[in-house]
Amino acid sequence: MKKTVFLGALTVAGLAAGAAAAGTLDDVKARGKLNCGVTTGLVGFAAPDANGEWSGFDVAVCRAVAAAVLGDSKAVEFVPTTGKTRFTALASGEIDMLARNTTWTFSRDVDLKFTFVGVNYYDGQGFMVPKSLGVSSAKELDGSTVCIQTGTTTELNLADFFRANNISYEPVPIETNAEGQQQYLAGACDTYTTDASGLASTRATFENPGDHVLLPEIISKEPLGPLVRHGDDEWGDVVRWSLNALITAEELGVTSANIGEMSAAAGDNPEINRLLGTEGNLGEMLGLSADWAKNAISADGNFGEIFEKHLGESTPIGLARGLNAQWTEGGLIYSPPFR
Amino acid sequence: MTTLSDPPKEGFQLSQLIYDTRYRSMTIQIVALIGFLVLIGWLISNTAQNLADLGKEPSFRFLSEPAGYDINQRLLEYDSQDTHLRAALIGLLNTLLVAVMGCITATIIGVTVGVMRLSNNWLVSRLTAVYVEMFRNVPVLLWIVFIMAVLIETLPAPRDFRGETPTASMSLNETVAITNRGVYVPEPLFSRSLGDVHLFGNSGLRFDVSLDLIAILLVLGLGLFASNRIKKRADSIQESTGDRPTTWYLRLGVVVLPLVALLFALGFYLGYPELKGFNFRGGTHLRNSLIALWLALSLYTAAFIAEIVRAGIMAINKGQTEAAAALGLRSNRIMNLVILPQALRVIIPPLISNYLNLTKNSSLAIAVGYMDITGTLGGITLNQTGRELETLLLLMLCYLIISLSISAVMNWYNESVKLRER
Ligand SMILES: N[C@@H](CCC(=O)N[C@@H](CS)C(=O)NCC(=O)O)C(=O)O
Repeated sequence: MKKTVFLGALTVAGLAAGAAAAGTLDDVKARGKLNCGVTTGLVGFAAPDANGEWSGFDVAVCRAVAAAVLGDSKAVEFVPTTGKTRFTALASGEIDMLARNTTWTFSRDVDLKFTFVGVNYYDGQGFMVPKSLGVSSAKELDGSTVCIQTGTTTELNLADFFRANNISYEPVPIETNAEGQQQYLAGACDTYTTDASGLASTRATFENPGDHVLLPEIISKEPLGPLVRHGDDEWGDVVRWSLNALITAEELGVTSANIGEMSAAAGDNPEINRLLGTEGNLGEMLGLSADWAKNAISADGNFGEIFEKHLGESTPIGLARGLNAQWTEGGLIYSPPFR
Repeated sequence: MTTLSDPPKEGFQLSQLIYDTRYRSMTIQIVALIGFLVLIGWLISNTAQNLADLGKEPSFRFLSEPAGYDINQRLLEYDSQDTHLRAALIGLLNTLLVAVMGCITATIIGVTVGVMRLSNNWLVSRLTAVYVEMFRNVPVLLWIVFIMAVLIETLPAPRDFRGETPTASMSLNETVAITNRGVYVPEPLFSRSLGDVHLFGNSGLRFDVSLDLIAILLVLGLGLFASNRIKKRADSIQESTGDRPTTWYLRLGVVVLPLVALLFALGFYLGYPELKGFNFRGGTHLRNSLIALWLALSLYTAAFIAEIVRAGIMAINKGQTEAAAALGLRSNRIMNLVILPQALRVIIPPLISNYLNLTKNSSLAIAVGYMDITGTLGGITLNQTGRELETLLLLMLCYLIISLSISAVMNWYNESVKLRER
């Protein structure tokens, strides 16, 4: 009899566990807050500003999703994650989505069971060295000591690059960007390697950014984008189309300045009408309100505005659009149509 | 069932399980056990269910896939094409290395400080008290990070050794380089080396054993054995005649001379570190992650050991000291011959838990980027393969085995100390 009780309990427990999974959209709505995983601090991508408010290029994606789902771009709980903790945090349900300079790779998609909803920054891995080191190419780094964030794709690329070029190096594994910066500036490593955008943003916070150069080699493809857990397509769609709304808004010229006017009444561009909910019922299909995209775009502006504000040439980070320009401008940023 | 000779017995009623004191404790235990098993079962089934929902069935196959990442400090040969299993092994050896180094240093510092704290010298006892309180009352993680920061920020970078007018220079007659990437010390090399034997072929567990090292250990062992024989003989002569022959030069000779001869035969020489390119090359590189972790763990644990030693010594009756003094023993002989041997019995059991703590605390290594097993298997491997459950189970198993082994060895030692009890 003891055995039956035991087995019965197991079944009940199993059923309860099964019922608890999926339904992230409903969870977020019920909670009234979006849990969004970001970096521990990378200026331009995600960092708390002087008032303790998180801001940045990745943060803007979180805010857009929160605005689309909850109508409030401030209803976000930012969870700082390291390169190592981010996937466990997402897989365990501690966060609803991850927007943390995360590269879309085969194994993360297929083996780690995550769904990348798109790409918000096309990047590649670079090297930063002090000018005084007198190095002009990554191939001259034989025997150097390299600071590298653990649990990243960049760590694997680094091993491959040095092996392929038959040169040696000494890795100094670090946990966060802040640690990497400390070791690099103290000369405990000769070079710091990570995504080139991350290097540019790290360099911008140095006292003398001019003393450091990025080497010309870009040794990998790093398409960075937001991701969610496998198996909850409804939620994946919400995040995917919130990002696409930002991109489409730029393409169609919808900005935070004119969105109030444009969303007031249907205009003569049907796609803008569908996007902003003045025509059709795209919001309803997603399980959101009709003005979801308007809220997402109003949160921090369209894709181009977000880029200019956090990373663009007018900021200390000073990144050019490059690959991250709209497809119409020769870049790779391209949203499927809102139809 | 009932027989007449038995005292009258009422039929067994279920309520007896609770109200009858003969059964009550049994009932409670069985209920508690069932509850416990159900809880465990629920945890397991919940985990399995959730993993199945995520489409991740537990599997250990990832261990035989290439790791893809490099490890800086490796006691065995390893490159990024080796398997995750091999990476875990490299990490395990790093854990053991820092644990063994830490336990030895912590014991030496701890015993010294513990004895000094009992000193009659006001300054000495105060200073050691300050040391103990400082290290005991600040989390060890902070000490690890702090020592690392000091090493990185205050020591010169290799580039400071370069150029026309270097701002830093090598120490100890140009043999040791102290940099903020670690300390480079001379390494022993052999020009007529006997070579290595390769064990376990090409598997993940393969390793090389240096025949030079084996030869040295063998000669050293034989020397110590011979020296011990000489001592025994001197003892027996002393027993029978009352005179102890002077044997120290003989005993030293049988240990040192064969060793020197062997080293000479092997062509022993020291390889010195040299600045080449970006870094020092040659010599043995003690990375500052190792130094920071080792120092912090040793100093922290030593503070606890000092208290244990102090308590152990104070547990010995004062009469013992006085009696020994009355026999005319000098105070350090009283400590070594009378007090410490007795105190050891009190000291060893809590000492074991401190060794265990030190070993487990070494898993904080990642804070300074030391690649121990938590850093490789429980860090990068976990992250790159997404196998949280499997890696953590393996990791727990590893620590469990290490800890149980330490306990076993120390308990055995404790027994041997106890035997002398009369
Ligand atoms: N894209 C790579 C690397 C991501 C990464 O760790 N980037 C660094 C520098 S660009 C970062 O975001 N650090 C912030 C932090 O330390 O929290 C990956 O997905 O593995």
